[in-house]
Amino acid sequence: MPIFWWLKKWSYTWFITRELTSIFVGLAAVILLIQIRALGQGEAAYARFQAWLRTPPALVLDGIILFFLLLHTFTWLNLAPRAMALNLAGRRIPNGVVLSAHYLAWIVASALVTWILLGR
Amino acid sequence: MPRSREPFWWSLFSAGGMIGALLLPACVFLLWIAVPLDWVEGPSYDFLHSVTRHPLARLGLFGLISLCLFHWGHRFRYTLYDGLQLKHLYGLIATICYGGATAVSLFAAYTLWLFR
Repeated sequence: MPIFWWLKKWSYTWFITRELTSIFVGLAAVILLIQIRALGQGEAAYARFQAWLRTPPALVLDGIILFFLLLHTFTWLNLAPRAMALNLAGRRIPNGVVLSAHYLAWIVASALVTWILLGR
Repeated sequence: MPRSREPFWWSLFSAGGMIGALLLPACVFLLWIAVPLDWVEGPSYDFLHSVTRHPLARLGLFGLISLCLFHWGHRFRYTLYDGLQLKHLYGLIATICYGGATAVSLFAAYTLWLFR
């Protein structure tokens, strides 16, 4: 099979794109770690990190990371009803309920992050 | 890599996929886009520093970072196998993916343990 078999059909390309969102999940974790290191090294080191965040290459990179992270979140949460077939009192919980619960959890988690970071 | 270890890696991949899906977009948008562009006023150095010093915060950050790394390791491993048709490099790819995730996780543990 040729290496670029997944470019032949849109559904294959979409599959590989979805799988590749994991690169951005890992990359975000690494940059977060760099930020924590700068935070621990003192105010000057943290100010340097903040200055780097304001440079155009960093902003472009972070925009790309955010795009793929959102793609990861939507595709991951949309698979939740298929990944977990939950039963309550012998009855299968409808897919819509499982899906809504996951999106609700995302909203709550995002609100919590916003509150911790911005809510003084 | 024996087949029997598969559920272990899968559980880390799955946990990382979920925690990353729920927490990362808000963190990235606020810390790396909205604050640098001055759309919102970011948290002060002293505030972030004191929050991060709390042992529970450091434990949570370690969990978030390492699980996201193992999510990458497991998923990227199979993307390389299938996407680039590299099944013959099975051992090498598994070592690079899980080894990389383990190495950076250890570095995260070291950094967070010594955080002052």
